[in-house]
Amino acid sequence: MPIDVYLNVTTVGILTGLVYGLMALGLSVIFGVVRVVNFAHGEMMSIAMYLTVLLFSSLNLDPLVMLVPIAAVLFVFGYALQAGLINPFISRPEHSQFLLLVALALIIVNALLIIFGPDARTVQTAYAFDSFQVGPLIVDATKLYAGAAAIVVAALLFGFFRFALIGKAIRACADNYTGALVVGLDVKRLYALTFGIGAACVGAAGVMMTLIVDVTPIIGPTYTLLAFVIVITGGLGSMAGALLGGLLIGVTEALAGLLFTPSAKSMFAFAILVLVLLFRPQGILGRRSI
Amino acid sequence: MPRRIRVSRRHLLASAVAGATSVAAPAILRAQGASSRPPLKVGVLLPRSGFEASIGQDCQRGVDIAPGILKSLNLPELAVMNADTESNVDVARERAEKLINDGAQLLVGAFDSGQSTAIAQVAEQKGIPFVINIAAAPDITEQGYKFVFRNFLTAQMILSSAFENQLELFNLIGAFPKSVVFMHVNDTFGTAMAKGINAVMPKFNMPYKILDEVSYDPTARDLSVEVAKAKGANADALLAVSRLNDAMLITRELVKQRWTPQAVLSMGPGWYEDQYLKTLGKLSSGPISFVPFQDPNKKLTKVLEAALAKAYPGINLSTNHVYTFEALLIAADAYKRAGSGEPKALADAIRTTNITDNVSIGPGIQFNAKGQNDKLKCGTIQNRGGKLVTLAPKEAANAKPEWPMAPYQNRA
Repeated sequence: MPIDVYLNVTTVGILTGLVYGLMALGLSVIFGVVRVVNFAHGEMMSIAMYLTVLLFSSLNLDPLVMLVPIAAVLFVFGYALQAGLINPFISRPEHSQFLLLVALALIIVNALLIIFGPDARTVQTAYAFDSFQVGPLIVDATKLYAGAAAIVVAALLFGFFRFALIGKAIRACADNYTGALVVGLDVKRLYALTFGIGAACVGAAGVMMTLIVDVTPIIGPTYTLLAFVIVITGGLGSMAGALLGGLLIGVTEALAGLLFTPSAKSMFAFAILVLVLLFRPQGILGRRSI
Repeated sequence: MPRRIRVSRRHLLASAVAGATSVAAPAILRAQGASSRPPLKVGVLLPRSGFEASIGQDCQRGVDIAPGILKSLNLPELAVMNADTESNVDVARERAEKLINDGAQLLVGAFDSGQSTAIAQVAEQKGIPFVINIAAAPDITEQGYKFVFRNFLTAQMILSSAFENQLELFNLIGAFPKSVVFMHVNDTFGTAMAKGINAVMPKFNMPYKILDEVSYDPTARDLSVEVAKAKGANADALLAVSRLNDAMLITRELVKQRWTPQAVLSMGPGWYEDQYLKTLGKLSSGPISFVPFQDPNKKLTKVLEAALAKAYPGINLSTNHVYTFEALLIAADAYKRAGSGEPKALADAIRTTNITDNVSIGPGIQFNAKGQNDKLKCGTIQNRGGKLVTLAPKEAANAKPEWPMAPYQNRA
């Protein structure tokens, strides 16, 4: 097979992996700080995808333009969810948190089914069929825009946690819960803020994912599972690990589809997960728990 | 002296009326019997939601336009009971059981081979006739079932007919691809077709070689890698067995990856369906499908076309409407001849069906001992500016082929 095919497929894998990474980043941020595993993560992404489709079909608004507003809507949703529903469960056993979030996921899927019906929906932007050619490399325009937006959002997030005061406060909560309380931080509010940021990440990923795939109400659980595979591979709680995991899974799926059989490409993503769990249980960039 | 009988004009008129009445009585009674007979309860199972929803809803149009046409053919009324299989085999089985429990006397459906197989098992177990509108997996009519009938080509019939049509097409244009890459969905139908192609193709001495085979999941949402792999095979043409959503995904990727093969040769649904034509606009032109189709030159086809145009303006008549309508035609015809809605009598009547005034390509509707209409044929259909034209077989053709396909990049 010509080398340019490998080049093109690897590029597809990298660009899709970047969006996967951004989606998983939200999950990793939430777990890293709040220590709650968001089992409704993919479902929250499907809310963002439906908002994108709705705004595109009714107001003809380009998904890239809607990136920030929809991320903001998801931020508010996430903040309210943590402040109103999840905070009371923080001190409860993990299985209670699990049941709460699984119930939330079921409610979201069925609400979307009631509102939008079961059929696949998509956005047909003016650049939906565009591609860029650089020598032998052909890059899908929508995937390129989505990948670029993922990098920008991830960079902003890294910057926020590194340089902003609130970002530092959130990191303090993640590092030492009691210490954060002692120095007077409003931990519950910071938790809500963190959940909001994680939701905004998955919202942004959902907007970009709409450029790549059609959306159905039942798409959520698939992406929840994928997000778990990515963060466990990259390291639960590690932001860089989530991005790396996304890239790894994206490229693995793409190359497995090319080298083996495309219908079995997900199998290879799970194989990576099994290998990581066997040989580096804390994930590639995760810290070993003491 | 013999008495002379006097015949007045009144006597003559009364005698004539009495005579005419006695002669016509059986026909009038029969007609009254047909009209006063309760409608036959027909359970129509289709994937109205889920990943096959678009096609299921398209099949539903064939159901919607049937009553008026059946009435004009002087066939008894049908009471249609709709059920949604949700594109899921288990749901199809449950819905079939529910329809029968709710009083359905005959089942029709279900577009998909896996779902139809599940329904066939239920129908046979309960002793209710099941007329398959669309499903190609050969096994369904190889089980020795007594209540299952299929007025659709099996995968092998589609393949044999499709290869014959391809050879006819290549002769017609005086050219042929030397190589193809084969992309197929890996569901029940796609896998059966893939196996069939490998088994049947050598018998037809086709002029091309299959350079690579790319299978993919029916629920796949991105086929960029699959199309890249197919493109990498560097074949002249793309041979496809797909569904609607994946046909659109493949086309999008063909455009994005800047690959216009000489031809897209489809041996399944998707590429010629209305939603494909409407969603992709100019990008939909070119693909050639070798599929069960209507004979545009048959009388009933024109009736069906007119009914569809009236009920659904802008929708092209195609396979989904034709075979779903014909399944109901078979049900109504059998009910008329059976004279009752008793399942065994209905099944016996379906077995002796002989409808020559039909719509699909082929000599008509008859069933062999296995319950299969083995006389059906495929048509060669090309998408042309949002419409479908028939290229072959010769008796059903209404246009000449366009070959090779116009490059996607040149379509404004």
